[in-house]
Amino acid sequence: MSESATAAAGAAALIKPKTSKDDRIMVGFILVICLYLLITLAFPLYAMLSKSFSTYAFDLTNFEFQVNTGDGWSETFSAAAQNDKVKKFKPEDLVTSSDGRLAPTELFPDFSFRSPTLYKLRQVRGDTSYLFKTDRVDDTDWHEYSSNDFRRIVLRASADTGLDNFRTYFSTPALFRSIENSLFISILSTIITVSLAFGFAYAINRSTMRFKGLFKLIAMIPILVPSLLPGIALVYLFGNQGMIKGMLMGESIYGPIGIVIGSVFFTFPHALIIITTALAISDGRLYEAATALRASRWRTFWTVTIPGARYGLISAAFVVFNLVITDFGLPKVIGGQYNMLAVDIYKQVIGQQNFEMGAVVSVVLLIPALMAFGIDRYVQKKQVAQLSARSVPYVPKPHKPFDRICLGYCSLIAIFIVGLIAVCQYAALIKFWPYNLSLSLDNYNFKVMDGGGWDSYTNSIQLGLFTALAGTIIVFIGAYMVEKTNGFFATRSAFQFLAMMPMAIPGMVLGLAYIFFFNNPDNPLNPIYGTLAILVICSVTHFYTVSHLTAVTALKQMDREFESVAASLKQPFHKLLSKVTVPVCLPSILDISIYLFVNAMTTVSAVIFLYSPDTTLASVAVLNMDDAGDVAPAAAMGMMIFYTNVAARLIHQFVSRKLVRRTQAWRGT
Amino acid sequence: MADETTDNSGSKVYLQIDNLTKKFGNFVALDSVSLEVYEGEFVCFLGPSGCGKTTLLRAIAGLDIQTSGTVRQADVDISALPPSERDFGIVFQSYALFPNLTAERNIAFGLENQKLEKSAVAKRVTELLELVGLPDQGPKYPAQLSGGQQQRIALARALATSPGLLLLDEPLSALDAKVRGHLRHEMKALQRRLGVTTVMVTHDQEEALTMADRIVVMDQGVIEQVGTPTNIYREPDTLFVADFIGAMNQIEGHVNGDNSVSVGELSFTSRNHGLAREAPVVAAIRPEDIVPQGMGDYSSSDSNVENSLEVEVEDMEFLGSFWRVSLNNSALGGAALMADMSINAIRSLEVNIGSTIRVKLPADRLWIFPPSASA
Repeated sequence: MSESATAAAGAAALIKPKTSKDDRIMVGFILVICLYLLITLAFPLYAMLSKSFSTYAFDLTNFEFQVNTGDGWSETFSAAAQNDKVKKFKPEDLVTSSDGRLAPTELFPDFSFRSPTLYKLRQVRGDTSYLFKTDRVDDTDWHEYSSNDFRRIVLRASADTGLDNFRTYFSTPALFRSIENSLFISILSTIITVSLAFGFAYAINRSTMRFKGLFKLIAMIPILVPSLLPGIALVYLFGNQGMIKGMLMGESIYGPIGIVIGSVFFTFPHALIIITTALAISDGRLYEAATALRASRWRTFWTVTIPGARYGLISAAFVVFNLVITDFGLPKVIGGQYNMLAVDIYKQVIGQQNFEMGAVVSVVLLIPALMAFGIDRYVQKKQVAQLSARSVPYVPKPHKPFDRICLGYCSLIAIFIVGLIAVCQYAALIKFWPYNLSLSLDNYNFKVMDGGGWDSYTNSIQLGLFTALAGTIIVFIGAYMVEKTNGFFATRSAFQFLAMMPMAIPGMVLGLAYIFFFNNPDNPLNPIYGTLAILVICSVTHFYTVSHLTAVTALKQMDREFESVAASLKQPFHKLLSKVTVPVCLPSILDISIYLFVNAMTTVSAVIFLYSPDTTLASVAVLNMDDAGDVAPAAAMGMMIFYTNVAARLIHQFVSRKLVRRTQAWRGT
Repeated sequence: MADETTDNSGSKVYLQIDNLTKKFGNFVALDSVSLEVYEGEFVCFLGPSGCGKTTLLRAIAGLDIQTSGTVRQADVDISALPPSERDFGIVFQSYALFPNLTAERNIAFGLENQKLEKSAVAKRVTELLELVGLPDQGPKYPAQLSGGQQQRIALARALATSPGLLLLDEPLSALDAKVRGHLRHEMKALQRRLGVTTVMVTHDQEEALTMADRIVVMDQGVIEQVGTPTNIYREPDTLFVADFIGAMNQIEGHVNGDNSVSVGELSFTSRNHGLAREAPVVAAIRPEDIVPQGMGDYSSSDSNVENSLEVEVEDMEFLGSFWRVSLNNSALGGAALMADMSINAIRSLEVNIGSTIRVKLPADRLWIFPPSASA
C-alpha cells in the first residue's frame, strides 16, 4: 500500500537520470580535449586580439623635473610643459610600441653630458616607468642624476587599450594596400583554379578517356609539397635569368603573375577533391531523363550538371579563396614588392618587431578567412541534404571526340603540375644556374647553407611523426566521445564549435597568437616555447578540423546502437572502443595520420614564428635558403619534402592494405 | 470464450510502468503511460510509426530516460538507472552486430570480463548457437550471414548473459516476408522455452497477433488498449484499435437509442454503447462478420430478420482463400460495405458483379464508436 502511494506521489516528479561511470569518464575526456583546444586555440587567439587593441604612448604629464644649474633647484615642471616650451615632439611622435623608449635629454636643447647641471626626476603616479641604465624605476620618489647619468635615462611608454593601432593601420597606405592586393589575388586565383579543376573533374567523371588513374595521381602531387615550391620553379622558369623568361613578354614573374600561377598550382588538388565528389554524387537517372527528352549535350550540361555540382563549386571556391588569402610561403618567395596580408604579418613581426601591428594585420586577415569559412560550412550542409539514397551513379559512355578533348586537356594540366616539380628537381641537381649546368648533388649539402642543414630535415620528420601520432589519438578520441556520448548537450556543442574553429584560423595568425600566449613569462606553459612540443601542438591544432571531420564521418557510419548493445551486455566503453570501433575505423584513422604527417611536413605559415635554432624545419629552411639567395638548395630541400611525403604515402598505402587484410577480413564478402 | 480473457492473478508482475511521460521539447512522445508486464510474458507494443512504442521500449532500457514516471523491474525502481546498471538484453532492427567480430565472438562479447573460464565461455557460446539453430555458423563474420541468420546471432548475443528481460525493437522488419514468417514461430517457441519476459516493438499487426501473449496498442503517446490478440481483435475498445487491427467497415451515422444506430435512411440494432442520442458516431463491422442470406444461421427462408438489407454487388476481389465483395445500398448514404465471403458461399449463392443479395449485420458484431478526434 505505502509503496503504491509513494509511486503515485512521485509520478509527476521529474526523473534525474543517473549517469553511468562510462558516461562520466567519457565526458571527462571531452572536457580534457576541450581544455586542450582552449589552451592551444582560444586563449592564444584571445591574447592576440587583446594585443591588437593594446596601444603604447609616452605620458609626458606623468614625468616631472627639477633642474639645478648651480644656483639651486628650479620649480617643478612636467615633461609635457617642457615639451610645449621647446616644441620637440608632436602628439603622433608620442605614440609607440610596447618596446618604445624616449630619452628625456631630447627635451633639453642645451643638454650636455659634460655640464655640471643636476637633474631630478619623479613620476606623479606609479603606472609608468623609466630605465636608468638597466634598472627599471617605477616609484613616485624624486631621484637625482648628474648630467652624465641623466643621458642614460629612457622613459618607457605606458599601455592603454584602444583602436589606435587600427587607426594607424588604415592610415598607412602601404599596409592598407595589402587588403586590396590579397583580395585581388585570391579572387583571381579562385576563379582560375575552380574553372580548371572543374574541367579536370568533369573529364575524369564524364569521359571514358584513358589514364584516369594516372591523372588523378598527378593532380594530387601539389598536396605533397610546400606551397612555396612552385614559386621556386617559377623563378627558374620566368625569373630574371629564367629558362623561358621571354614568354612573359617583359612582364615580371615577381608579383601578381607569379603568385597567381603558384596559387593555382598548390590549390588545384583541394578544389579537385571537392568538385569530383560533387560530380560523383550526381544522379545518373537525370541524365537518362535528359537523353530521353532529346536534350542536347550543351543543354544537359547547363540544366543538369552545373546545378547538381553548384554546391561543390561554391564550396571549392571558398576553400581555394581561404587557402590563397592565408598563404604566406608563396608570396614571400615570388611576391617581390607586391604586398599581401599574410606577408605583412611576417614583415611586421620578424622585420620590424612590431607585434601590435602584426596582431592588427592578423585581425584584418581573420575577417575574410572567417567569412569564407562560414559560407563554406553553410553550403556544405546544403549539399548533404541533396544526397538521395536512391541515386544511381552516372556511367559515362564512350564518345571519341569528347574523350580526345578530355585527354588533351588533362594532359595539359598534368604537364603543368609535373613540369613545375620537374623544374624544381632540375634546379636542385644543377651546379650553378645558368652558368654551370653540370649535374651534382652539391645543393643537397645543406650543412653549408642557412636554414639549419640536415637537422631541419630530421626535425621535420620528427614533427611529422609526433603530429601524426599525437594528433590522431587526440582527434579520434575527441570525435568518439562527442559522437557517442548521450546527454551533456552543452559540453558537446562547445566541443563541436571548438573543433571547427581551427579551419577558420590562418596559420600565420595561429603562430603569432602562440607567441603572445606561450612566450608570456607569466604563462606556466612558457617552458614549451621554443621546443618541438609547441610545434607539434601548433600543427595538431592547425590541422584539427579536417582530421576531426574525417573521424566523425567514419564514426557516423557505425551503427548507433553498438553503444546500447555494449551497455546492455555490461561491457565498458573502452572495450567496445578497442575491440570494435578502432578496428572498424582503422582505414580512416590511418587517413588522418597521413594527412597530419604530410601537412606537418609542408606547413610554413603556422610554424614560422615558433621554430627555434634547435628546432628548425625543412619547410622553413626552404624559405630561409631562398631568402638568403640559395635558391637551388631551397629547391633541393623542397624536393626532399616531396620525396618524404611520397614515401610516407607509399608506406601508408602498404600498411593500410596489410592491416585492412588482417583486421578487416569481414569486409568484401 | 475462455481464451479471450487473461487471468494473470497467478503470475507475478515483473515490470511495472507508472505514469511514464517523455517529452522532447514541447512534443509529448509518451503521455502518462502505465502498464504491467508479468513474469515470463511476451508483450508486443503495436502501433503506427510515431505512436511512442519505441520511446517506451527505450525508456524501459534506460537508453532514453523518461521525463517523469517510474519503471520498476523485479520490484526494484530502475527509473533513473543508466542502461549498464539495468538487467536486459536487446535486439535492434539493424541487429547492431559488430562487423569485425565473428558470430561466436559477437555472442561471447557480453560473457567476457565476467570471471568466466575461457572454456565456460566457449561452452555457453556453443549452447547459444545451438539454441538459435546455427551450430555451424560460429566462425563466420556477420557480412557472411543471411539477414535471418544475423538476426538469430543478435538474439543469441542478447540472451548470452541470461538477462531477466528481453527487449526486441522491430527485430523482424528488415527481413523478407518468408523468413519473417518462419522466424516469428521460432522466436516465439524459443521465448516460451526459456520463459524470459519479453517486450517487442512492432508496427506489424500480424507479427503482434501471432507472437504476443498480450498486445499493447498505442497511438499518439497513449495506450489505446491492452489485451490478448483475440481480445484486441474481437473486442476493440476504440475506433483506433478497430481500424488499426484487421479490416473494418466504418460508416458514419447517428445514435438512435441505447443499442440502435441510424445510418443514412436505415436503422440498425447494435451492441450497447451508452452514447447520447443524436450524437454523431461511427458504426463498424468486420468484413467477415457480414453474413449473406443462405449461409450460416441466416437461412434463405427468413428474409426480413433484424439488421438485414438488400445490397448490390459492385465489385469482387479474389484474395486466395476468400473473396472480398464490395456491397452497396443507396439507402446507406453512399457508403460501400466490404464483406468477406468464402469461395463456397460465392459458388452456392451464385454471387456475381451486379447481382443483388441480402446480407445481415449481426447486432452483436456491430460496434458503435464516437468518431475519432482527428477525423
